Amino acid sequence: MQLFPKIPLADWVDSFVDMLTDNLEPVFDGITSGIDWFVEGIVSILAFPPALVLIAIFTILAWWSSRWPVAIFTLLGLLLIDNLGYWDPTIETLALVLTSVIISIILGVPLGIWASQSDRVRGIITPVLDFMQTMPAFVYLIPAILFFGIGMVPGIIASVIFAMPPTIRLTNLGIRQVPEDLIEASNAFGSTTKQKLIKVQLPLATPTIMAGINQSIMLSLSMVVIASLVGAPGLGADVYRAVTQIKVGIGFEAGLAIVILAIMLDRISQNIGKTKN
Amino acid sequence: MEKAKITVKDVTKIFGKSPKHATKLLDQGKSKSEILKETGNTVGVNRASFDVYPGEIFVIMGLSGSGKSTLVRLLNRLIEPTSGQVLIDDEDIVRMKPEQLRDVRRKKLSMVFQRFALFPHKTVLENTEYGLEVQNISKEKRSGKAQESLELVGLKGYEKSYPSELSGGMQQRVGLARALANDPDVLLMDEAFSALDPLIRKDMQDELLELQESMEKTIVFITHDLDEALRIGDRIALMKDGSIVQIGTPEEIMTNPANDYVERFVEDVDLSKVLTASHVMKRAETLRADRGPRVALQLMREQKLSSLYIVDKKQKLIGVITADDAAKAIEEKKEITDILITDLPTVTPDTLLTDMFVKMASSSLPLPVIDENDKFKGIIVRGAVIGALAGNETESAKGEVS
Repeated sequence: MQLFPKIPLADWVDSFVDMLTDNLEPVFDGITSGIDWFVEGIVSILAFPPALVLIAIFTILAWWSSRWPVAIFTLLGLLLIDNLGYWDPTIETLALVLTSVIISIILGVPLGIWASQSDRVRGIITPVLDFMQTMPAFVYLIPAILFFGIGMVPGIIASVIFAMPPTIRLTNLGIRQVPEDLIEASNAFGSTTKQKLIKVQLPLATPTIMAGINQSIMLSLSMVVIASLVGAPGLGADVYRAVTQIKVGIGFEAGLAIVILAIMLDRISQNIGKTKN
Repeated sequence: MEKAKITVKDVTKIFGKSPKHATKLLDQGKSKSEILKETGNTVGVNRASFDVYPGEIFVIMGLSGSGKSTLVRLLNRLIEPTSGQVLIDDEDIVRMKPEQLRDVRRKKLSMVFQRFALFPHKTVLENTEYGLEVQNISKEKRSGKAQESLELVGLKGYEKSYPSELSGGMQQRVGLARALANDPDVLLMDEAFSALDPLIRKDMQDELLELQESMEKTIVFITHDLDEALRIGDRIALMKDGSIVQIGTPEEIMTNPANDYVERFVEDVDLSKVLTASHVMKRAETLRADRGPRVALQLMREQKLSSLYIVDKKQKLIGVITADDAAKAIEEKKEITDILITDLPTVTPDTLLTDMFVKMASSSLPLPVIDENDKFKGIIVRGAVIGALAGNETESAKGEVS
């Protein structure tokens, strides 16, 4: 016997989502075609040169940003992926990750800056970020399908929701960690809030912000299999297919390709953050 | 008296949630610890009032927690005062709108920080330019000014270095150059030399005094080091528990402490670094050079002196003669100019006792004191110096000097 009747939370959420779908359809459609266009653009750019040329470009990038072991790893890893026949899905996955990360940066860095300027904003944003990161990713796949249909776009949206929090958190943290005496110095010489931000806080917070972006890259990579559940193509889809058909070998190959991609992106993005400092 | 550059009137800063309540208790005369107990608020600065005059170095000194660093931040509103007025050139900083305040900070007030507070991502030149950069001054103009200011502090050639590549002393020179680059009227120096080694600290103090000779800025200097305060301060304000306990020249504070606290504070001080020649100087008998040795000898006998100082018509010191020489001169029929000892070490009225010991040791005669116009002011005998160092009241000696 319940003391109170069950709160119809599920019904409320359903009707809220219904309301959003009914009323904001044009908005969602706009977002969908925008993101679609962007991903397609990245895919066609990455797919335009022959695989070997792209591999060379990534190797040079790795060599420039990091030391030669990373460059050798990148070269051998990508050659292996190409050899195993996963080049096209790898490019799709790369496009998915890059798009999610770019959206995370475009939204996350300004939100992080905003949170750093006001304790009230931070007080609101922090629990929202906790929610975004701990709510199982599968759960927001459902409304993502309703709003954005099937394919790459809901996958990207889900990845952004899951991957953006570190960028916001670490942007906020990086700015707040700028030593107090430097802030005082900046104020004492008559800086405006904007001057202080651009000339002092953001440059000093850059390594921390880059660490946040690096985390966002890794988290959005971890989302590629989940994103494939809503129809996002790429390596995740290969893994998913292997799981449903219980094909261990294929699953391992696709999984290995994800790992290679992850290590490569991690090292390159980490070291870009360091060289900038 | 000259018009004050900065006038601070009853400035109070309460840290905590109910500053109004705490202010009321302050007015009732409750102490800092009583207010902390009763309201949980901390009294940072308690109704501080003082004037700083153009071109002087005003030192605010106190131990840690005395509120001195808070007080200096109230002057440029890095910390908002709870009540009171801070007038700079008769304009109340406390009432200013943000844009006005920014303008004053950019053009009139500069600050030098204890831990240097240099921007680690900017070069020495970029750091020095910062105050000009935020005023949107063109690149060439501001780097020219920054360059001048770096030359002033002796850092020419380090423009492209980063702060982390410099020693502490050099970093603080950059801090000073940055503060001077926008040519402010007032320099606020918050424990500017406290983080430096003792030797480098002394160099920096000397250099600041030297710079001040030509710049004539109004400087508010915060320190916890009494020796530093006495060395560089024209006037010193002593703080305790957020209140100003005494304001005065170094000598006034040393010789006439306002209360036990100040007295305890200053009792360990090396007096030789505070007291000056004018403090221990005595009036000396003088004689014009055109008089004969007989007159000189007669005068010395009357006054029971062993030596006599010879001056010209403008009271400029020419030399000294001793009684023995004068007696010999009379026998040998010589003039005063023949027996004159002209090679004399001299000091100025501002010379510290500590700086005259070597000169005193090199000569058996009393040390003549000469002012900036070469006028002979008096002499210093060893007994008076020893007396002053022993803490004897020296007012009587002072009174004799014309």
